[in-house]
Amino acid sequence: MAKTAQQLEVGTEVPTFVDDPLTLTEFVRYQGASGDMNPIHHDTEFAQRSGYPTPFAVGMRQAGILANVVTAWLGAENIRRFKVQFREQAWPGDVLTYEGRVANLREEGGQPLADLELAVTRQTGGVHLLGWATFALPS
Amino acid sequence: MDDSIVGRTGKPFRMVVEEGKVHEFARATKSKDPAHYREKDPVSPATFLQAAAFWQNPDNSPWQGVSLNFERILHGEQEFVFPDGPPVAGTELTAVARIDKVYQKEGKRGGTMSFTEAVTEFRDKSGKLVAESWGTSIETSKPTGAG
Repeated sequence: MAKTAQQLEVGTEVPTFVDDPLTLTEFVRYQGASGDMNPIHHDTEFAQRSGYPTPFAVGMRQAGILANVVTAWLGAENIRRFKVQFREQAWPGDVLTYEGRVANLREEGGQPLADLELAVTRQTGGVHLLGWATFALPS
Repeated sequence: MDDSIVGRTGKPFRMVVEEGKVHEFARATKSKDPAHYREKDPVSPATFLQAAAFWQNPDNSPWQGVSLNFERILHGEQEFVFPDGPPVAGTELTAVARIDKVYQKEGKRGGTMSFTEAVTEFRDKSGKLVAESWGTSIETSKPTGAG
């Protein structure tokens, strides 16, 4: 479960998660859960009219998976900040790898904190998302 | 986009962190962490507040009345800040969204990109800040699609 500051050092890696190939069904499941029904993520004709070959993945879905990969490791209650930057799009059939590392360990008002650098990459090596997270660590 | 929109605020809205929605959202983002599914105080996933869309009407948006060219707008960044961790199921929140800043940068492939940062602040019944959700949207000088 949640790690203490003593169990982490700069460079410690988040357990890597390699997801199953992306499917439209998974996009739709996320869209239903989040309320973002933008047809660009599930309607092929709409996507093509907008200049894309097919619908593309909902970036916030993968952001959510990335957050869950790190909270499963450092504790869902302990996350204090999570940020993603959207880079290249991901497409149905893509195999995404979720990974990260501890970038900094510090203390704020006596509370130990860990800052992490995260990334979601496509099977091509292209970066889909970059992420940053801060966790409060139990002492 | 120019900075005349900075400071625009949506009408406050209520959002309840519902247990079933927490489960649904956790499942849609592939979580197997029992913290999201346990009976006592399941914690909402870190990006759960995206589901605030279900609690918002057009007048809760600070963008109401601003004309937007959706072909040129991209979601650039999203950030969540939790002073004491994400809210647990059952928490009743009041939220207000605000356009916080607008700035321009030159794009790598020519043309100016306009960045807008909007924040939604979520407070509990006592008025304590529970979460901030920051979204950065980017408006390009060319359509974002074909290319």
